[in-house]
Amino acid sequence: MEAPLLHLALVGTPNSGKTSLFNALTGSRQKVANYPGVTVERKEGFFVTPLGRQVSVVDLPGTYSLRGRSPDEEITRDFVLGKASGERMPDLVLCVADSTNLRLTIRLLLELKRTGRPLILVLNMFDIASRRGITVDVERLARELGVPVVTSIAVRKGGTTELLKLTDEISAKLDPEPQENTWRALSVAELRATQREADRIIADCVSLPSRPDTWTARIDAVVLHPVGGLLVLALILFVMFQAVFAWAQPLMELLNSGFDALGELVHDTLPAGLLQSFLQNGVISGVGSVTVFLPQIIIIFLFILLLEDFGYMARAAFLMDRIMGGAGLHGRAFIPLLSSFACAIPGIMATRVIDNKRDRLTTILIAPLMTCSARIPVYTLIISAFIPARDVWGFINLQGLVMFGLYATGIVSALLVSFLIKFFMLRDYAPAPFMLELPDYKMPRPKSIAIGIFTRAKMFLQRAGTTIFSMMVLIWFLASFPQPPAGATEPAIDFSLAAIIGKAIAPLLAPVGFNWQIAVALIPGMAAREVAVAALGTVYAIEGGKEAAEQIGQALATKWSLATALSLLAWYIFAPQCASTLAVIRRETGSWIWMATTFAYMLVLAYAASLLTYNVAVALGAG
Amino acid sequence: MTDDDDTRPHMPLGLAQRGYTGVIQHLSAKGTGSALPDIELESRLIELGFVEGARVEILHEGIVGRDPIAVRVDNITIAVRRREAMAIIVA
Ligand SMILES: Nc1nc2c(ncn2[C@@H]2O[C@H](COP(=O)(O)OP(=O)(O)OP(=O)(O)O)[C@@H](O)[C@H]2O)c(=O)[nH]1
Ligand SMILES: [Mg+2]
Repeated sequence: MEAPLLHLALVGTPNSGKTSLFNALTGSRQKVANYPGVTVERKEGFFVTPLGRQVSVVDLPGTYSLRGRSPDEEITRDFVLGKASGERMPDLVLCVADSTNLRLTIRLLLELKRTGRPLILVLNMFDIASRRGITVDVERLARELGVPVVTSIAVRKGGTTELLKLTDEISAKLDPEPQENTWRALSVAELRATQREADRIIADCVSLPSRPDTWTARIDAVVLHPVGGLLVLALILFVMFQAVFAWAQPLMELLNSGFDALGELVHDTLPAGLLQSFLQNGVISGVGSVTVFLPQIIIIFLFILLLEDFGYMARAAFLMDRIMGGAGLHGRAFIPLLSSFACAIPGIMATRVIDNKRDRLTTILIAPLMTCSARIPVYTLIISAFIPARDVWGFINLQGLVMFGLYATGIVSALLVSFLIKFFMLRDYAPAPFMLELPDYKMPRPKSIAIGIFTRAKMFLQRAGTTIFSMMVLIWFLASFPQPPAGATEPAIDFSLAAIIGKAIAPLLAPVGFNWQIAVALIPGMAAREVAVAALGTVYAIEGGKEAAEQIGQALATKWSLATALSLLAWYIFAPQCASTLAVIRRETGSWIWMATTFAYMLVLAYAASLLTYNVAVALGAG
Repeated sequence: MTDDDDTRPHMPLGLAQRGYTGVIQHLSAKGTGSALPDIELESRLIELGFVEGARVEILHEGIVGRDPIAVRVDNITIAVRRREAMAIIVA
């Protein structure tokens, strides 16, 4: 008879390597990074032990106790205590410890013992502990705790062999009778007593040479310096945005000419007609115009992944805590907001680590104002068409500078909105405490960075292949039908549905300087921001007709005034052009109202900003 | 605990300067002005390892009002605001 599926759960203090262990056991690629609070969801995976036992393992958010103070910690508590609806309790809990820092985990383990669940203590990151000269008397520790103990190195091949062996041994003799759960929230006195007990056991079983991580201390001396630290942070962000613009350029030009050549090939080989137009204008111009931004997307993710893996994120939160506090934001909001530069969706999910409800809500509301990577195509396209590629002060690329300005405007307006929320809606605001562990720095591991980038690039291309592609088919169709009547002298597109729709909306957008082509591109842009670029590509390609071999950027430069271009940039800083973000806001706040609020306030800001930009630009003679 | 800990004056960690080292004497969450209820604040501090007898050192300070502080507690580093650190009495 086959043994039933064994249910494991990974529990432990934040940043102890639970997700790394989960990935090592199951071969998954869940997000791992060097700061507390990376995992905010429950994830299940499967594997088979060396002895052939089928296992389901659940990765959980890190927590210091089972009290569940924030939404992510509640997930862990409910799962371990079997409160999660329709969930069975785990057969065996793996309590994962960072071996260089056992105090807090052993306290947690003593608390976990009260749940009556069978436990294993996994001393993870044992490589780092050994390197620092920490020695653990594993057998004695197991005896004193009354729990099996095993060492592991989650990020090394074969680093989980011992753990697998132990799992097999233990699962063979698990007591089918469930033990009583005597857990209840610990009183202060009990907490103190368990911490004392933990400290006593550690004193007995672990020898700590007083050799702290000197690297971390040395780097922190610079990076956490009150003034120097902020300069370093500003420099990192500046280099990141410059890089997005400057480094990616050669590769993007390569991709661009590739798509152009492909388009021309299609143009030359196929007979003129609908199929030729569909492939060249719909598919290649549309999807191609978005795909060329892949290098930029990769660069921004590279920066964020490096910062995350190195251990810088928690430091940045430390530096920004009081500064953001002035705008009514919590220090813990920094990491979600910085992640929103990649995409607001994981950023909004990451706010689960913020325990105060109002702090969390404010962060969710402003996260979409951070310049996400989907805005990059729009910004880049317009900037390269309208802003000369000069150097200012000899070394700063003017286009990069404008890009930085757009990012900065997003950040500043997010802070302003947060300030207004604090001022008008949450008058009795009392700053919730900021308590965050600053982990030791770790050398980013090339493999994990590569996997991270590969995953994001794949997602981006998949989107180009699905969402963007289907939107393109739609736009191409709207822009091509109905066909003009015979003998018509105007351009064919003037008779199309796209022109009819665009011209119907255009009067609304005329005050901000948008023409009907922009109006029509903004509609599919609701699905995903970068679709607008693709839609413009298709509309202008069809409008240009056969001789429109020029790239979309050149087309824009001849068809728009500078004022219109600037106005569209301003629009994109604010406009709520992303259906998935709105859906996540609805889910995470559990309310339609906050979703509607976000949509409304962003739309109002977008219109106001564009109106202002357009009129000022026209007044200055850029009309 | 060393002998001179007994003779040093007790003070809240929230008032200590950068570079200060000492040993936690007790926790007293009353009247710190933290937004958390006293019991909750004390529980959280204990959960982060701030218990009697733990060695602490202030490693870094923020720029606004020298706040927050990065505190070494035994062998981990925790960032807290001075307001909450007022509950940690050291000597
Ligand atoms: N050297 C070494 N590094 C490790 C080991 N296990 C994990 N790490 C690193 O430790 C950091 C944290 O790992 P995660 O797996 O994200 O930790 P976690 O427990 O899931 O963290 P949360 O989800 O935030 O609770 C990452 O930088 C990992 O690369 C290990 O055994 N050895
Ligand atoms: Mg994790």
